[in-house]
Amino acid sequence: MALDGQFCTFFVRGLFLGLEVTCIQEVIRYQPLTVVPLTSPVIAGLMNLRGQIVTAIDLRHRLGLAPRDPGVRPINVVVRASDGPVSLLVDEIGDVIEVEEAAFERPPDTLGPEARGLIRGAYKLKGRLLLVLDAARTLDSDTEN
Amino acid sequence: MSDDMDDVVREFLGESRENLDQIDVDLVALEQSPDDGSIIARIFRAIHTIKGTCGFLGFTRLEGVSHAGENVLSALRDEEIAPTPVMTTVLLAMVDVIREMLVRIEATGDEGAGDYTVLIQQLTELYRGGAPQVGPTGTPGVEMVVGPPHDAIVMVSPTSPPVIVAPPAPSIVAAPAPPAPPPGSPPTIDASAGPAHAEVAQVETSIRVDVALLDKLMNLVGELVLARNQIVQFTGANGDATFIGATQQLNLITTELQEGVMKTRMQPIGNIWQKFPRVVRDLARACDKRVELVMEGESTELDKTLIEAIKDPLTHLVRNAVDHGIETPERRAASGKPPVGRLLLRAFHEGGQVNVEVIDDGGGLDAERIRDKALERGIISPDQASRMGERELFRLVFLPGFSTAAKVTNVSGRGVGMDVVRTNIERIGGTIDLHGKRGVGTTIKIKIPLTLAIIPALVVASGDNRYAIPQASLVELVHLEGDRARDGVELLYGVPVYRLRGKLLTLVYLADALQDTAPSASDADDVSIVVLQADDRQFGLVVQAVHDTEEIVVKPLGKHLKGTPVFAGATIMGDGRVALILDILGLAKHTRVLAEGHERGRIDTAAAVVGAADDRQTLLVFATPDDGRMAIPLSRVARLEEFPRGVVERVGRELLVQYRGEIMPVVDLNEMLVERRVAPRANHTAAASPLIQVVVFSHHGAHVGLIVDQILDIVENSLANPRPAGRPGVLGTVVISGRVTELLDVEAVLHRAQPATAWNEPLQLAASNEESAHGA
Repeated sequence: MALDGQFCTFFVRGLFLGLEVTCIQEVIRYQPLTVVPLTSPVIAGLMNLRGQIVTAIDLRHRLGLAPRDPGVRPINVVVRASDGPVSLLVDEIGDVIEVEEAAFERPPDTLGPEARGLIRGAYKLKGRLLLVLDAARTLDSDTEN
Repeated sequence: MSDDMDDVVREFLGESRENLDQIDVDLVALEQSPDDGSIIARIFRAIHTIKGTCGFLGFTRLEGVSHAGENVLSALRDEEIAPTPVMTTVLLAMVDVIREMLVRIEATGDEGAGDYTVLIQQLTELYRGGAPQVGPTGTPGVEMVVGPPHDAIVMVSPTSPPVIVAPPAPSIVAAPAPPAPPPGSPPTIDASAGPAHAEVAQVETSIRVDVALLDKLMNLVGELVLARNQIVQFTGANGDATFIGATQQLNLITTELQEGVMKTRMQPIGNIWQKFPRVVRDLARACDKRVELVMEGESTELDKTLIEAIKDPLTHLVRNAVDHGIETPERRAASGKPPVGRLLLRAFHEGGQVNVEVIDDGGGLDAERIRDKALERGIISPDQASRMGERELFRLVFLPGFSTAAKVTNVSGRGVGMDVVRTNIERIGGTIDLHGKRGVGTTIKIKIPLTLAIIPALVVASGDNRYAIPQASLVELVHLEGDRARDGVELLYGVPVYRLRGKLLTLVYLADALQDTAPSASDADDVSIVVLQADDRQFGLVVQAVHDTEEIVVKPLGKHLKGTPVFAGATIMGDGRVALILDILGLAKHTRVLAEGHERGRIDTAAAVVGAADDRQTLLVFATPDDGRMAIPLSRVARLEEFPRGVVERVGRELLVQYRGEIMPVVDLNEMLVERRVAPRANHTAAASPLIQVVVFSHHGAHVGLIVDQILDIVENSLANPRPAGRPGVLGTVVISGRVTELLDVEAVLHRAQPATAWNEPLQLAASNEESAHGA
């Protein structure tokens, strides 16, 4: 279960989260989104990524966190998925960091229902915990609630 | 041999070569994982295709070899025999023999007179579960040096001189002298002259380009367009003359480049239909049947990848229809049908999808026979069978290994086919549906998403969002202002309706349907109604604003949005923002304008369409000056407009209107037609009206307007057997909605609008149209 290697890190409402660098396509600043009516609230909208239409998922919604203040513009972490890129909206982007396998630990069983399955575990870093997201499950909006 | 034939053969050669390359790879892969059923199935289908096609083309030897191979693969697929290394060797040898024959066919147009009985014997032995003696030492007759798949393989057989085949580049050395070519065949290349000649035949004016490369180009052009837009905006603010000039140049070139790149991916579906007349003819002959093939919508454009993807499935469906669907003339006569069967291929854009239909008026599907067959094959249990409805039973046809053909014929009936068709269609995100009625015919409907297809669409606004409506669903636009906006929309037990030419039109508010936060359009000063066609029903979509029509590039929605019923896709607008494309059928169902079960009712009509589809047309009906009625095909109409009377300017003998940034010539119907009565038109009130109604035609990129007294209705009507015309400018007379209606000659209008221009072509067309109408 433990993962060694480099992680792209970001912040969502104070949570320090990470995804393997290998599954990240790019990180770009906020892009105007086209809202899709009649769909799950997790879907923030569609954006134009250099001619490609990419679905954006609001990570706050996905993790069951309080919504962002209207004035704050999120950042797109574009993740490679099996059928094209998907963007995750995060509050702030962090560094790419290297972690050691020994520092990994599985999440406690008391994890909240929204985050269960999405968080694979944590790396015990100096002074804080890096929560590792399961990319595939995070992108799968069907499992939501 | 006609050119037609050449095309068919050339296509067969190219296709088979690709198939053979794949088989090579697959056979080797099969040795690694002998239990992988999907590999066996793929090899089987490839060989099946080759066998089927060479059957039509009359390459009997090739057919014999591939048939023997197919038997082995069929047994493999059904797990009657297990794969062995010897089997792989023999099958690879078969691939090489087929390849050798293809090379010969390409060079000489003939499959040659090689003797392949030994190979066929080996294959037959494998099929029966035996293990033929094969190896470097060889069985009598065939000696093989089997190496890695792409090594040259030398084959020696006692009856023909040695032939060396070196895949993939075909090169023939010392082939036997080709037999005398059939008369009319292309110049025969002397095979012994060397490989250079054999390759000449492959040189063509087109080249193959990887679709992935086109995709990349497309995306790059998309980025270029956005960069262009930014530069154009920037130039507007900083007006330096030279810079503006360069920007305009950039603008033009970008647009042209964008169009060019898009075009590289689009092909009319007619490209793959071309070969069907021959396929149908040959097959009908082989089955002693008489079949008339009718094709509609050949020019419907599809993305290249989609064209490729539906080619094989369509071929299967067409073969099936002729082989299983349409009955022999005797049986047709016995059941009171005309002896010649009808096979209709139809393609059209609808609701943001490409629809392709294969409709035959043959024996139809027999639900009971399907049930029996499924029971016999153990596909369903008797308990399941008793609970299945007709539709569910029909769907069984799409399962692997299912065939209702009474006997395995040369052409079809091996149970390959419908499952392949479904697999291929579903792979590109399409759906296939099958309707039918015993004794009446079968209708197969394929719906393919418009991945990357370009369609004209109307852009409308709701709140901050824009939505694109495919033009194919669009009937007309109605704009209500002032009092009419307040009083025009009435409520029928809570359901908003509008009286459109006396008929009630159900209204749907887009903002409500999408649960948009935008203010409801109902309390606005003006009301824009987009009249849409969903199936056989019309409804009005009330939108906040109507923008322009645009050619849009349709992009599919990601998997997260696949389940959304009302959107068919998305597109990128000129400013780089994403706009959603409305799925009109989905919207109609979502808002319950169309009942869910509605499609059931259409099964029977679909079959009935076979007889009537050719002469029914959607017509625009309007009043003539002498209180008569006239109609034109709606397909010729670009737009319907209403102008204040004052905007029409007379320049010399011409009437002109400034229209959408161009000068549009207009023709007044009153002036154009020679009236039959000179009596004052008591009924003619239009002259007093401040507004004129204009039908706009699009012709060779320009617009031409026709001023009519009053637009009355849009109807679907048969145009069969018109009465000859009574005056010039009219093609004939038919009865529409109980009134005698003249069919206006659109070409005559266009000609009259601009007689001086070089529109000779439509002129002649008009003349011949008139002739035929008079002759009818």
